[in-house]
Amino acid sequence: MLDQIISTFETGSGFWNPLVWLTALVIAFLIIYIVRGFGKREYKKGTDQTQAFLSGNPEYEKDKMHVKANNVYWGFTESLKSVYNFFGKMHTGNVSDYVLWFVIIMGILFLIFGVI
Amino acid sequence: MNDILSILINHSPALIVAVPLFGAFLTPLVGMINDKIRNIFVIFITLLTGFFTVILVNEVFTNGIKTYCFGAENPSVNPVVRIFFEIDGMSAFMALIAVILPIVAVIYSWGFAKEETGQSKYYTLILLMTAGILGMVLTGDMFNFFVFLEITSISSAALVAFWTNKKNSVQAAFKYIVISSIGALMVLFAVAIFYGQYNALNMAVIANNIGFGFLDKIALVVLIAALTMKAAIAPMHMWLPDAYSGAPSPVTVVIVGTTLASLYGVFRVVFTIYGKQFLTILRSFGDFAVTPSLLIGVFIVVLAVLTIVIGVFMALKSNDFKRMIGYAAVAEIGYMILAVGSAISTYFIPTGTTTVTMAEHGKMALTGGIFHMINDALDIGLLFLVAGAVYYATKETSLNKLGGLSRKMKYTTVFFLIGLFAVSGLPPMNGFASKLIIYQSTYQVNPILAIVAILCSIMLLAVFVKVFHSAFLGPEISSTKNVKEVPKSMLIAMGILAALIIFFGLFPEFVITNIVEPAKNALLNSSEYISAILGGV
Repeated sequence: MLDQIISTFETGSGFWNPLVWLTALVIAFLIIYIVRGFGKREYKKGTDQTQAFLSGNPEYEKDKMHVKANNVYWGFTESLKSVYNFFGKMHTGNVSDYVLWFVIIMGILFLIFGVI
Repeated sequence: MNDILSILINHSPALIVAVPLFGAFLTPLVGMINDKIRNIFVIFITLLTGFFTVILVNEVFTNGIKTYCFGAENPSVNPVVRIFFEIDGMSAFMALIAVILPIVAVIYSWGFAKEETGQSKYYTLILLMTAGILGMVLTGDMFNFFVFLEITSISSAALVAFWTNKKNSVQAAFKYIVISSIGALMVLFAVAIFYGQYNALNMAVIANNIGFGFLDKIALVVLIAALTMKAAIAPMHMWLPDAYSGAPSPVTVVIVGTTLASLYGVFRVVFTIYGKQFLTILRSFGDFAVTPSLLIGVFIVVLAVLTIVIGVFMALKSNDFKRMIGYAAVAEIGYMILAVGSAISTYFIPTGTTTVTMAEHGKMALTGGIFHMINDALDIGLLFLVAGAVYYATKETSLNKLGGLSRKMKYTTVFFLIGLFAVSGLPPMNGFASKLIIYQSTYQVNPILAIVAILCSIMLLAVFVKVFHSAFLGPEISSTKNVKEVPKSMLIAMGILAALIIFFGLFPEFVITNIVEPAKNALLNSSEYISAILGGV
């Protein structure tokens, strides 16, 4: 039973064993932790050292510092505006259009199977 | 003791549906005593259903297909008119999914819905929906399938509209019931065709007699179109983000089961009922033969790519937490059908035109697709519960108005991260294991399919990194200053799904061997399904 639980999974073109992967991850973290130990020990909590430095400008209020979801990936969505306009036109929110897509797909299937 | 157990095993198919059904109608009566007793009663009913499901699943995986006949002690006389439940590996696999989700949902609801009015109706509808989904996946009768589909649709539409004071919920419920009614009507139309053609409603009997004539083609088209719409496959997916985001989160988790049950319906129709006709040669171009399996396979693959791309792109643009998960759920369904479409187009090819290797890749693709079904239920389910927890704590689903929640909701943040890793297919979570199989097997069909699937999976990671950044990271903002961690029942429910995700991720071979392989074998051997009814009674 235990053998079966921890056995390696053959994917057909390769294999996957999460336990081996986890072991490798733990070893990697250990190495990182050891290397980290060689770093400088000058960090002091609660001093000016920990304040954000915005090129000498004063820090905004906390609420304003947080990048809102609207702005995340703005560049990506802007550059693919045409794609998003197309998808946006598909998603009208009108249930009649939802049914229309169903009719279209059914029509295509009828054509494929030579019923029409 | 053994006698009692064997009686329970024998009658478990009926009990699995009967327990939540009677539980549903008893819930309002128990609710009149006390809210706490009612909640305990509902959890007990779902756990009891789970118990019967586990013993049935164990029986099926150990001894093979189980049939259960209603209305006759001796079903050997004319099986055509009897109502049968027929449970093979695929039905058992789906029953497991269908029972895990309501258990988690009712535990979660104890905390989530405690301030709501009409809780007895809420739990009644959840139990009704559970009975409907379980009926859909266990039945061996087409008309019965339609009836359970209707039960599921009506109860889930009512639950989507549970927050009657919210415009979006009521609108979403209206759209959902319109779509569901049309889908169910089409299924009924196909059932009528089968009955007219073969004088039978039993799936095995229909599958045994079916040809590929004009009416059979119409029934196939109507069933595929209707059930793929109910399974939210693009471009018929648009109802899903509306319904998923409009419903209370625990309800959405159970509706995920409904969507997967519809997908199961597609598999049952394609593999079992029409499986024998897969290799009928419709047309030939030299050595190249056009078969129904090729047409269905290619059509499903095209829709799958469309589903993945639309789901991911729309999720990336969305700024509403639940709507975003809804689109991600659409993309996840795309991964499942991509694998299944690839399997159909490579496994069922006339002898001589394919290689053994391709057939093996087809089988592996099917394994990946089925494994991804249960992974999707767990991953998307967990993310919806997290979204519900965030809504419970902040009364907000807009990501633009959230931030810094990890400071106040540490456990919820950890559960979100587990869901994020799982749904994006990052190792060592369950999503990685199933997506790895899907990538490798679809690569053999066409490398472009695998490339699209991998790129979209990376985008899915980007989608949830956006959520993590917007809602959980960043400084504490004024609107979330008084936020507290959610009640224990909600944490326990999320914990159950997170634990299953980690278990499935760490031990994929165990899960595949014991749960997925029997389901795959059941789909590929329709003759066993047929002979269990026609040869066994």
